[in-house]
Amino acid sequence: MDAAETIAERLNAGDRSALARMISWAENGDERFPAALAEIFPAVGRAWRVGITGPPGAGKSTLTNALTSLLRERDRTVGVLAVDPSSPFSGGALLGDRIRMEERTTDPGVYIRSMASRGSHGGLARAATDSCDVMDAFGFDRILVETVGVGQAEYEVVGATDTVVVVLCPGAGDSIQAMKAGLLEVADVLVVNKSDLPGADRLLMDLEEAVTTRTIRRDGTDAGWKVPVIPVCASNGDGVSDLTDAIAAHREHLSSADLDSIRRLKRVAQVRSVVGERLDEVLFGEGDWAAHVEARLAAESTPYDVAAAVVTSILAGDSAMSDALGDGNR
Amino acid sequence: MKPSKTASAAAPDSAVQEARVEAHDARQRWEQAMAAASLRDVEFTTLSGTPLEAVYGPEDAGVDPDKDLGLPGQFPFTRGVHPSMYRGRLWTMRQFAGFGSASQTNERFKFLLDHGQTGLSVAFDFPTLMGYDSDDEISRGEVGQVGVAISSLADMETLMDGIPMDRVSTSMTINGPASILLAFYIACAENQGISPDKISGTVQNDILKEYQAQHAWLVPAEPALRMITDVMSHCASVAPRWNTISISGYHIREAGSTAAQELAFTLANGMEYVRRGVAAGMDVDSFAPRLSFFFDSHLDFFEEICKFRAARRIWARWMRDEVGARDPRSWMIRFHTQTAGVSLTAQQPENNIVRTAFEALAAVLGGTQSLHTNSMDETLSLPTEKAVKIALRTQQIIAEETEVAHVADPLAGSYFVEAQTNRLEADAQAYFAEIEKRGGVVACTESGYIQREIHRAAVAYTQAVEGGAKKIVGVNTYVEEADGKPEIDIHRIDPTVEEEQVSRLAELRKTRDAAAVTRELEAIRSACKDGGNLLERFIAAAHAYCTLGEITSVLREEFGKYEEPRIL
Amino acid sequence: MTKRRIRVLVGKPGLDGHDRGAKTVATALRDRGMEVIYTGLHQTPDMIAEVALQEDVDVVGLSILSGAHLSLFPRVREQLEERGMGHVLLTGGGIIPSEDVESLTEHGFTRLFGPGTPTDEIADWIEEMMNEKWKGEEKPA
Repeated sequence: MDAAETIAERLNAGDRSALARMISWAENGDERFPAALAEIFPAVGRAWRVGITGPPGAGKSTLTNALTSLLRERDRTVGVLAVDPSSPFSGGALLGDRIRMEERTTDPGVYIRSMASRGSHGGLARAATDSCDVMDAFGFDRILVETVGVGQAEYEVVGATDTVVVVLCPGAGDSIQAMKAGLLEVADVLVVNKSDLPGADRLLMDLEEAVTTRTIRRDGTDAGWKVPVIPVCASNGDGVSDLTDAIAAHREHLSSADLDSIRRLKRVAQVRSVVGERLDEVLFGEGDWAAHVEARLAAESTPYDVAAAVVTSILAGDSAMSDALGDGNR
Repeated sequence: MKPSKTASAAAPDSAVQEARVEAHDARQRWEQAMAAASLRDVEFTTLSGTPLEAVYGPEDAGVDPDKDLGLPGQFPFTRGVHPSMYRGRLWTMRQFAGFGSASQTNERFKFLLDHGQTGLSVAFDFPTLMGYDSDDEISRGEVGQVGVAISSLADMETLMDGIPMDRVSTSMTINGPASILLAFYIACAENQGISPDKISGTVQNDILKEYQAQHAWLVPAEPALRMITDVMSHCASVAPRWNTISISGYHIREAGSTAAQELAFTLANGMEYVRRGVAAGMDVDSFAPRLSFFFDSHLDFFEEICKFRAARRIWARWMRDEVGARDPRSWMIRFHTQTAGVSLTAQQPENNIVRTAFEALAAVLGGTQSLHTNSMDETLSLPTEKAVKIALRTQQIIAEETEVAHVADPLAGSYFVEAQTNRLEADAQAYFAEIEKRGGVVACTESGYIQREIHRAAVAYTQAVEGGAKKIVGVNTYVEEADGKPEIDIHRIDPTVEEEQVSRLAELRKTRDAAAVTRELEAIRSACKDGGNLLERFIAAAHAYCTLGEITSVLREEFGKYEEPRIL
Repeated sequence: MTKRRIRVLVGKPGLDGHDRGAKTVATALRDRGMEVIYTGLHQTPDMIAEVALQEDVDVVGLSILSGAHLSLFPRVREQLEERGMGHVLLTGGGIIPSEDVESLTEHGFTRLFGPGTPTDEIADWIEEMMNEKWKGEEKPA
């Protein structure tokens, strides 16, 4: 069984299987991960992380592939994280994004990893950020995180990336009105893919209009940045270099001071999410508080009362549940 | 079953009224009996999952015999495409064969012809199907396994050695590189002193179903469709007896589709080929008579018969009334059938003889022009001589002993058969509308819509079998424990086949005229760019002994490789 | 710790284009809670092993109906070993005569599933094998 230091050492030496293993640890919340991360953390911070998201059918995988090809032509190494939804029924997942990137499989300058959302409530953001950190430390110049455009996934992984590209395409359901709430706000760059199809010009115009009037983000990460809207035809490569230019421009825009503070904010969010996950695990995963909570609810306290009592008892450093909640077995 | 109307102009009103009441009462009694009856705990549906009534009556049939059925050999051809049907000529008994080297397959062909087979059907190995030479790195381990390895005209000459190409019709199951193999065939005939206008046969050449189901593709859709229209136009002038496409549903069905999907997607693909031919400037009647079809015959006896009848009627109406074809031969679906490979079981393989027999009978009652019957051992390996002989005898027994061949479309007029034929036609029309809505069959293929429909049906079937709703003898019912090793011999490919092919190719590359090869490959490259007829260029390249792989390399360079969309 | 999921690679080595079985098994394993990476068609042994490495899979399942299994399966195993992925559980199915099954077992293909095998049987076996393996892994100090 591999120790944290061994894996970290191998990763620093450029061993891809160690890279793959560390990502698994991150995904599974393996207890060795924090120690291993600590070993490689000094190398984190070099890679530029781009999130690629948008509604299903927009051609994100094809675009990710086209972007990767272009980056490779320019001698950049690329790490790709392809996120797909887990089945809400079975918890399993079919991870098939990499089919679209098949030609990259044997390219030593590219690494592709498929990740399931695992019914995420923040867990995905953490796993994605951790995986990006690992790929970053390994030495990739660019990291692309591709997420499916349903559920919460795209908002979660936004926290893991520096530039968010939202990909749309002309056709039924991709008008501005139909766009999912928040998708416009989250975008640093907008792409109209399949730009050769009818309706593309209209969509371009509508988007250009929409970005001038969208809400400014509360965290101010978009201050002074005019979101470009770029027509692309990912299947033949048209417009992809315009996209890389736009991403580079966004990187420029985030001057180093801004970048540090933005990234720090994201790290705070990451810590919060890890704290939340950890607490949940300690109380309800490893601990037996679920039974106590159930008992308390059965004694007719509202969920809010019970929750308030739990928080109070944690802050009071009091781990005896029955004391905190009062005697539920009257 | 709806209550029947009794029509009688002469009968007094009260007699009519009485008869009506009687019929209504009879209906009620039957319904009560059904409600009270204890029924078997089974799903009463077709194999495809369509619910069935317990009994069908005159009102269910819903046909105008003149308009909807006609007579054999007459529009809309529901009852068959030839006036005399099997009285004139039995269906062609055409067993698919091919394995190992060209000379081994040549021997199998002669065996089958000696035993009464009336047409040849060639199976190619995977490297050939994908356009690779036997000595390509990617072909390692695959040469001669599922079919014969043909890398050049030299191999084709060996394959057809001693077989009179002007008297035997040959069907070649090849798609991505179909036009190249056809070129080898034509060049081979020419070398036998036979002009192309004398050869007859079929090349499958149906690329749309490759993208959708069989997956032996080469280049992307547009250039692939262009190569198909090149074949259609060149054959129209030099090889008029040659069927240029076998528009196939078999593979779609084997990939897991329902009968309605098989029907709909096959015909939708066919319609696209017709549109492309017309768009390429050809008169529809110049190529449509030479389009042929290829369907599956699965175990749901009646659903299959109805599917064949519906196919003929749909196509006839579309070709005449929508496309405006004037030649009646353009309106006819002539088809080959293969019994369903997916219905065969590895457990208790002898049972497969019985399954194949039912499927073959359905195909004959459905009016097929040509038939391949599977051998019992095909879930284990390629068929042995003994097994393939039984499969052939199955057809011969149907032809000689069951007497079904004396009467055309004998099931016509059956309430059930006409109702199901109508139902399948309606299901197909619904798919045509959906495909149209989604931008046409090429768009539906590139987006993966058709593949996903097929996959969903496949998963539903698997779940039905594994859940026990669908019973399969030997697999989830009447299972025999001692089913470990089958008691039958299986066919093995001689491992030296690959080595021999590799050395044969090395020899060929040494002895042929290198300058001619270069010249012909360049001519192909130019034709790719300037739109010249590629089949013509392939024939010239065949004569120069260019190899399959050399030609497909040029095509891939010029047109790119096809990339499959994500389905799962 | 987040619940650990069994990661399975379903691969189609060689030129065989029949993917109904592979896709059906992939879908069924997903319905049993596993994370399945499906490679798509026409994969070389090298490609399959590389994907297995990058995805750090627990299981590699190969599907083949073209008769080329005796050549391709061992080559996949070789490529996995070369990449230090010798620990993965190897399995597969398709059209594989029983004599060949024995020889492939010697090449590390612990179990092969023939036509008609219920997908639950495949999923059960994978779960059993993986639970054994994970139980057997020592806890770190």
